[in-house]
Amino acid sequence: MEPLDIELEEGELELPAEPMHLNMGPSHPAMHGTVRMVLELSGETIARADVQVGYLHRGFEKMCERGTWAQVFPYVDRLNYVSPMLNNVGYALAVEKLCGIAVPDRCQWYRMALGELARISDHLTCDGAMAMELGAFTPFLWFIKAREMVWDILEEETGARLTHSFGRIGGMAEPPTPDFKKLCAAALPEILHVVEEGERLLLNNRIFLDRLENVGAISGPDAIALGWTGPCLRATGVSYDIRKVHPYLKYDEVDFDVPVGTKGDTLDRFLVRLGEIRQSKRIIEQAIARMADHGPVNCDDPRVVLPAKSEVYTTIEATIQHFKLIMEGAKVPAGEVYSYTEAGNGELGFYLVSDGSGTPYRVRIRPPCFQIVGGVAKLIEGRMLADIVPTFGSLNMIGGECDH
Amino acid sequence: MSQLVLDKLKETFGAAILETHSEFGDDTAVVDPAKWKAIAQFLRDDPALDFDMPIDMCGVDYPNRLPRMEVVMHLYSLKKRHRVRLKARVGDEDMDGAELDSVVSIWAGFNWLEREVFDMSGVRFRGHPDLRRILMYPEFEGHPLQRTYPADRTQPLVSYRTEDEAGMPLNKLEPFGHDEGMPFGRLGPHPRAEDS
Repeated sequence: MEPLDIELEEGELELPAEPMHLNMGPSHPAMHGTVRMVLELSGETIARADVQVGYLHRGFEKMCERGTWAQVFPYVDRLNYVSPMLNNVGYALAVEKLCGIAVPDRCQWYRMALGELARISDHLTCDGAMAMELGAFTPFLWFIKAREMVWDILEEETGARLTHSFGRIGGMAEPPTPDFKKLCAAALPEILHVVEEGERLLLNNRIFLDRLENVGAISGPDAIALGWTGPCLRATGVSYDIRKVHPYLKYDEVDFDVPVGTKGDTLDRFLVRLGEIRQSKRIIEQAIARMADHGPVNCDDPRVVLPAKSEVYTTIEATIQHFKLIMEGAKVPAGEVYSYTEAGNGELGFYLVSDGSGTPYRVRIRPPCFQIVGGVAKLIEGRMLADIVPTFGSLNMIGGECDH
Repeated sequence: MSQLVLDKLKETFGAAILETHSEFGDDTAVVDPAKWKAIAQFLRDDPALDFDMPIDMCGVDYPNRLPRMEVVMHLYSLKKRHRVRLKARVGDEDMDGAELDSVVSIWAGFNWLEREVFDMSGVRFRGHPDLRRILMYPEFEGHPLQRTYPADRTQPLVSYRTEDEAGMPLNKLEPFGHDEGMPFGRLGPHPRAEDS
């Protein structure tokens, strides 16, 4: 029998000379559902990358121009859907700054505790999902188990696991439940224990470390010029945390550290997030220790806060006030404001323009991960195709806020 | 302290700074669109100002004013820890002449933000390396965050199924009426362009 392989004369074999184009996403398991990367490959190396977002665009800013100021809360829930409470608080603070009102101390501590719980859930999701995309499924389940404990508390407080719509202009929808402090005190050590277990599964794993170390590195000045904020910026060694530098709520009264990295690579981003989970635990413990058990949660400004239901049903003044706040919306003084808070991914800004009516004239959100994803091409060009998965996973791209 | 920024801008650019205010502690300067890039360059390079971080850029549409579109840029300085808001007003009622110089060469982070302002508000940036739509698809017509763009207008890439094609009544409702859900307290009439 003749050999099956074909004898080729030299020069006859034609290999394509042009680079190969590859579409990664939008429906690729590691692209978080909503990003498309058009890659020009030379072998397995990425020569050029075009990152395309917008697959989850829902016209958030246009929708906000149709309702009242309070009706924006359900929309901001759906911006960053792994830490919606931080968005609720960020938007509430922005409108309150425009109205010139301050909420009672008890509410500020409550907002901080809930916000830090949301931050823990955000970081756990990001780190867990990244590990899963690299094939480590067990640590993902571990982190999700810990996240479930966070969500149990949030569900107890707000009635919803994910889309809480719990913020209000001038306060929160409900005061803390009587068991809130007990729930936090019981769950936090448990969460940390689970996180440590999950961490041990990963950080002693040579393959996992090899895939993260020195992959997707960016220098501090580059990250700043791209407008990066949050854990991704801190991983480069720039210690910029809005909670420390421009404290809001009561962050200037609590004791916590800002974890920073050194190299700005994927491993640093992973470790910074794990470090922040521990700092969030410290903040929550101090917040629940200092939060009063009794006292008002909402400010007593009748222009923005709904009256108590018992009064709405018994007095005509409260009925009218309720009706006007719902049907016309709270009147926010004309003007413009930019308010910024530290969300799970970095600086979450709201630029609000009011014409003095009950409807926002313009709600502009500055989603932290829009600029971070804008820098992805820079991180992956010149790297191998397989490096996209850990690099992109460690940036915590959230389609909802990135695509508005 | 950050009044310094506005003072320095006025001192250096004089008549190109059209107005300033510091509502809620946010220092704001409305500048001449022709000097947009020069002022941005100055804000980054002056050692006392040192704005190294691009924060945000967006368009705010005022269809009853001229120029109509306000482009708003937020900057932050990591070292000096101060912020500034820069505004330029461009474009007539049909958005003709809504052009600005791109500042991507000064801060790389404005690349996507300028694309977003172009996509959403229709302002063109001269010298931008890659001015494509970013959130909407290339076939999309118009700019959704202009206030004259009707909120209930749809532009499906694949047209909706008709009852003939389906062979049955579909009872399909409009997404929402153009005044549906509007609170009573809204000022002025709802601007609405004729549907295409």
